[in-house]
Amino acid sequence: MSNKLVWLATALALAGCTQVPPRSASATSHDERVVEPWTTDPFPSTYHAYPGVPTLITNVTIYDGEGGRIDGGQILLADGKVAALGKNVNAPAGAAVIDGTGKWVTPGVIDVHSHLGVYPSPSVKALSDGNEATAPTTPEVWAEHSVWPQDPGFSRALANGGVTAMQILPGSANLMGGRSVVLKNVYARTTQGMKFPGAAYGLKMACGENPKRVYGAKGREPSTRMGNIAVDRETWQRAVEYKRRWDKYEKEGGDPPARDLGMDTLAGVLDGKILVHNHCYRADEMANVIDMSKEFGYHVTAFHHGVEAYKIADLLKANNICAVVWADWYGFKMESYDGIPENLAILQKTGTCAMIHSDDENGIQRLNQEVAKAQAAGRRAGIMIPDEVAWEWLSYNPARALGIADRTGSLRPGKMADVVLWNGNPLSVYSRPDKVWIDGALLYDAHDPKRRPVSDFELGQPGEGDVK
Amino acid sequence: MKRLLLCAAALLSGTAFADTIAITGGTVAIGDGSQPIPNGVVVIRDGRVVAAGANVAVPTGARVVDASGKWVVAGIVAGATSEGIVDGEGIDETYDGAAGKSVFNAAIDVSTAINPTNQSIAVDRTWGVTRAFVFPEANNSVFAGQGAVIDTGADDTPVTRARAFQYAELGEDGASHIGSRPASYVMLHDALAAAKSRGGDSKDALITRADAAALLPVVDGRMPLVVHVERASDILQVLSLKQTYPNLKLVLLGVSEGWMVAPRIAAAHVPVIAAALADLPEAFERTAATESNVGRMEKAGVTVAISTVDVATEAGQRNLRQYAGNLVGISRVPGMTGLDWGAAFATVTSGPAAVLGLDGEIGSLRPGRRADVVIWDGDPLELSSAPVAVWIDGVAQPMTSRQTRLRDRYLNPQEGVLPKAYER
Repeated sequence: MSNKLVWLATALALAGCTQVPPRSASATSHDERVVEPWTTDPFPSTYHAYPGVPTLITNVTIYDGEGGRIDGGQILLADGKVAALGKNVNAPAGAAVIDGTGKWVTPGVIDVHSHLGVYPSPSVKALSDGNEATAPTTPEVWAEHSVWPQDPGFSRALANGGVTAMQILPGSANLMGGRSVVLKNVYARTTQGMKFPGAAYGLKMACGENPKRVYGAKGREPSTRMGNIAVDRETWQRAVEYKRRWDKYEKEGGDPPARDLGMDTLAGVLDGKILVHNHCYRADEMANVIDMSKEFGYHVTAFHHGVEAYKIADLLKANNICAVVWADWYGFKMESYDGIPENLAILQKTGTCAMIHSDDENGIQRLNQEVAKAQAAGRRAGIMIPDEVAWEWLSYNPARALGIADRTGSLRPGKMADVVLWNGNPLSVYSRPDKVWIDGALLYDAHDPKRRPVSDFELGQPGEGDVK
Repeated sequence: MKRLLLCAAALLSGTAFADTIAITGGTVAIGDGSQPIPNGVVVIRDGRVVAAGANVAVPTGARVVDASGKWVVAGIVAGATSEGIVDGEGIDETYDGAAGKSVFNAAIDVSTAINPTNQSIAVDRTWGVTRAFVFPEANNSVFAGQGAVIDTGADDTPVTRARAFQYAELGEDGASHIGSRPASYVMLHDALAAAKSRGGDSKDALITRADAAALLPVVDGRMPLVVHVERASDILQVLSLKQTYPNLKLVLLGVSEGWMVAPRIAAAHVPVIAAALADLPEAFERTAATESNVGRMEKAGVTVAISTVDVATEAGQRNLRQYAGNLVGISRVPGMTGLDWGAAFATVTSGPAAVLGLDGEIGSLRPGRRADVVIWDGDPLELSSAPVAVWIDGVAQPMTSRQTRLRDRYLNPQEGVLPKAYER
């Protein structure tokens, strides 16, 4: 039975893979060829959009997520998409009309760095599934296999934070922590049911203190920063050789190389299909990683927790790398000692791709507030960033870093209707989401307790269904 | 060098200590729960507040500071911190909060470890945090030791009150140190019995003489006992301690499920330093956590302060004002219970002071209080605002920190004619 299932899954994966590169005529016949294993999708998304009704919001301030702003505007959501926005929009007869006077509309917030589901609430050992801290490189593990879709944290991120999508990452105990997964913030019975359809995988990597502390304590490499880079390089070298074997097979045929799940992930990175999200605090360490990536031929999509990114904003820009940062966290470990609130603003001034992130089940509920603080710190340092431009740190730039900016992250007609209606200026401490739509479905409504999700864990517990 | 810097600060402020300063034209927030007063005046002299409010005359000869368009408010009192006893949470070498293998617990006095040149003190000072309660961390006992009240001033006298309270863990954290909740209570009763017998005369007492002596003022009600609990049933259990120890001056910390038993807390007249915005069941003892907790307790008549307990502390204490602002914000969300502006600001000013019975001394701009005054460039609870001037005990404070120095060095990240190390 289980063998049959595996066979079926493989067949489906093969059938779904229409992008296999052409082979030379001398190679083994096309049909028998095993595809490069990192191109398959063995745990496909089963997410589906919930039904919505055509909805027109009027008299509302709109930040489109790409730096545009419409005062007293209108926006129409229909068929799960942003249908139109502007000063005046033609709405179909029967569309629900919401008066947005005094309110704001923005794209849904996207958190590129969350551990919801892998370090869920309640924080008990039995649910602590974020770090496979048994070897310094574990590129073979996938965060989606740890995600607990009943984490109550998803509901708080939705209702209090307006978060419509997020990347769930493995922790940072390991140099290579495993694959990330991008989720729609829509509860489902399975993690597959939450997976953002078609989103690329990420590889979580980590610099600095955590890997050397965790493995140094076990008396093994790496116990130093030079050990970190050495283990990384040895592993990348193996990945290059692994990919070379597959490339040769693709070209010349013969017996397919032995499969290695960890190497699959790294080969996917070398192939440009899996995006590197590298936890890295210090400027000098980011520079080391950049050189390492060039040595082995991969690209770092983003440095996460880059509290010193402001020191090398120009270097990050020159290498087309995004900086993923907090507004004001600093000093909670040696490598975060130099964090400053102007980090995001200095990156913006330099023209570097930058964005906010939470890394925290509480912080994810207030990312809009974190951006407001970062924007204000910039203003006091003479860096003026308009509200509608600052919003890029919350939705569009995260979508870019996740490779989903063509589908969400801004309010362009035809994109997913992942939208938040705020009850006031969303960069004010006094504002909260009024309504949140994901793919056009109304999934949070502050005025309707039935549009407030309650995870299985909270059913029958004290406070079930309470405002949270 | 350090002394030079301090002198420079004093020069900048232009104060001899006896000067009278009148801060005029700003919106005044006293911090006692009252609403902000437009165009008010704050007068300070000899390190104390003389008067603050709407109809306050500027004394003759007072140095006048114009705060038009700004807010003049009480300094923030951080209710549960490691301020001054650690240089970075993960930098273990610098941490004096946990006593490791020490045989002592209740006798531990954190005031002996406060480092006023610690960077987190400097950063929080520039963000309008002027006082902090410093907590030791429990190790091998329900008792963590004696906490201190400090100021964040740039001087070498940080301690406002040493041994201001005893701290105890009686929920899940306590149980994890001791073995179980019931075992925690046995230890508590055993220790307090030893204290009552005047320092462990009894030969089988399991605590040291020093620890027993430190608990005597707790039993006598001369020193508050701050107890960390979260679960509703744990809260009731702690409240019932008063039946056995009628003089106990209890304070509850955390209290995520306080709203479920709020009338009982109010009836017991036990004040609370609450988790500001905890709304997740991060532990089973916090299953009913909600951001409405503080508002509901306040409505029931509980004296409530807020703290960074149970939320991220990685930004230091400066975000307390943001949490207070959120408590105002949720008032506009249907079904949620928040606070009005004055009450919210009080949760980070006079509220914590009142919890320890220090509201006659700190936490507001009422006459006679220590002159901890902050001028903000806007509403202090709003995210766009920041302080522009800070006085502690009437002394003007430097508005720079290592963070502002790094900012200035790297505002343009590229190196110039010399390496960055030469730019300052």
